[in-house]
Amino acid sequence: MNPPDNHWLTRPATIRRLWIIGYVTLAATVALQWFVPIHGYFGVDGWFGFGALFGFFSCVLMVFGAKLLGALLKRPDTYYDV
Amino acid sequence: MFESLPPALALIGGALLTAAISSRQLRAFVVIGAPLVCLYGIWQVPDGVSLEASFLGYPLELVEGSPVRRLFATIFAIMAATGAVFAFNHARRTELVAAQFYAAGAVGVSFAGDLLTLFVFWELMALFSTVVVWCGGTEKARAAGVRYAIMHLLGGVVLKVGIEGLMISSGSLDIRALQATDFSTWMILIGILINAAAPPLSAWLSDAYPNASPTGSVFLSAFTTKTAILALILLFPGESILIWVGLFMVFYGIIYALLENDIRRILAFSIVNQVGFMVCAVGIGTEMAINGAAAHAFAHIIYKALLFMSAGVVVMRTGMHLCTDVGGLFRTMPVTMWCGVIGALAISSFPLTSGFTTKTMISQASVDEGLMLVYFLLAAASAGVFLHAGIKFPWFVFFQKDSGLRPQDAPWNMTVAMLFFAGLCILLGVYPQLLYPLLPYAVDYVPYKAGKVLFYLQLLLFSGLAFFLLLPWMQRTLTISLDVDWLWRRGLPLLARAGSKLGSPLVNILQARLGDVFAALTTSARNTMGHTGPLGRSWEIGTTALWIVLLLMVYVFAYYLF
Repeated sequence: MNPPDNHWLTRPATIRRLWIIGYVTLAATVALQWFVPIHGYFGVDGWFGFGALFGFFSCVLMVFGAKLLGALLKRPDTYYDV
Repeated sequence: MFESLPPALALIGGALLTAAISSRQLRAFVVIGAPLVCLYGIWQVPDGVSLEASFLGYPLELVEGSPVRRLFATIFAIMAATGAVFAFNHARRTELVAAQFYAAGAVGVSFAGDLLTLFVFWELMALFSTVVVWCGGTEKARAAGVRYAIMHLLGGVVLKVGIEGLMISSGSLDIRALQATDFSTWMILIGILINAAAPPLSAWLSDAYPNASPTGSVFLSAFTTKTAILALILLFPGESILIWVGLFMVFYGIIYALLENDIRRILAFSIVNQVGFMVCAVGIGTEMAINGAAAHAFAHIIYKALLFMSAGVVVMRTGMHLCTDVGGLFRTMPVTMWCGVIGALAISSFPLTSGFTTKTMISQASVDEGLMLVYFLLAAASAGVFLHAGIKFPWFVFFQKDSGLRPQDAPWNMTVAMLFFAGLCILLGVYPQLLYPLLPYAVDYVPYKAGKVLFYLQLLLFSGLAFFLLLPWMQRTLTISLDVDWLWRRGLPLLARAGSKLGSPLVNILQARLGDVFAALTTSARNTMGHTGPLGRSWEIGTTALWIVLLLMVYVFAYYLF
């Protein structure tokens, strides 16, 4: 084991910068839809920002679903050992 | 000369040679060379049946070529060769031998023209993949291997029952498009679906693969489920129930992978998820969908093996296999990290990777058929793949926290194998034209349209946002998630114990009663047959003669009467 280091990727300033870059990229992918129209196949998927909202909320739903199922199905990882 | 031989023979020969050669260097040549010879053989196989035989009067078509068969055999051979480069210096000899037999089974299934030949190679795969699992060398690997073998032998029996039934009802074992309408065809479908890790029997995959050795799980990830996809393409194209089976697998894989802590088990669940996309495509069954299933299987084998290689290096170098134990490995394992990231991007079908140019064909097929619900569920699942594999795997393994571990990066041969597959992931993403001509049907599909790329970028990047915003909820715990295999790993033993506990008073009473009856019988027998009893004591000759006369009279009367 080595002591924790101060790698540039782990510095709070870098992480803050990464978040900013991330948010700018996200905003850009949505804003780009003004210039690059998305021709939806079923109408609704051509709406402005639909991909973003659909991606975000289906993930939130899946994480919640997993959490709920987890409450039912999770066991200590030694469950089958004894 | 190759035209007249099954290509799988090259791998079988390679396996036998590997078992016989004791020199490590020479063995390396064989394990890498045999799949390449096999690959050459695969491309010599003409369309149509090229090798026939007969067994117990049944006509066998040992080799039948077609574009989709050649495509699958090609990727199996490429996989066997690259896997050998990855493994030859680290895996046990038994594992290398078994892996080649296993690959031979997969190539054999690819070219099997009749169901009997398919079955023989199918079982060859089951047998030697079990050996690969056992080569994990731990007690857990041994137990998981036994469960794995039982499940696959069961699947084999179900498949065989179906094949026999089909032989009796139709008189032909030829591999052709069937429909699941009667008992036999259902049995065949179920037998194949067990190998595809379809519900409810999918737990064998996530149980066995993570228990294999770091090199063994690379081989395991490639062959079994994808031969099942080929079998579905050949036997059940357009079987509409497969759409829903596939969609179930897609979401099952995501949910279980989200809950999982074991690095390689996350990847195992995502195999089920990805195979679900292919099963769904076979269910849609149009030319576009079958092309999509075949192309996706080809791309999937590459990026999934790449992910298992990356995870395998981590497991080998750190000796840890849980997300909670590792983290921060990007510092000392940059090559493994970048290869893992490329595999993760490819599985998430990020633009410019092989996943994008293949998986979107399946989505396109659902659009062409007007299957709106299927299309949106597949889109949601694509977001979910980025969530559970695309970000989760690299984040928890290579970033997350500083675990303090500073392992060495991958050895040279593993680096070569990973770089080759990472290169292929990008190559097929940038030049899908390399793959499209190999697909079973003519491809009329343009993967890169500005609007579509933007849609997928929005979809994927915002699921990335969801991951990091929900990170506190994603932290891994020292847990496993119960699956259907609970029924036989815990349920049956519990039932047996409960049964013996509940049943024991009843059994005691029964035993006591039976004892009484036996005692009464013995006493009465002793009383009548003993040397003082009426039947046992010595009688006078006159009395005996009288009895004989009486019995004879009864006999004579009975004879005349009846």
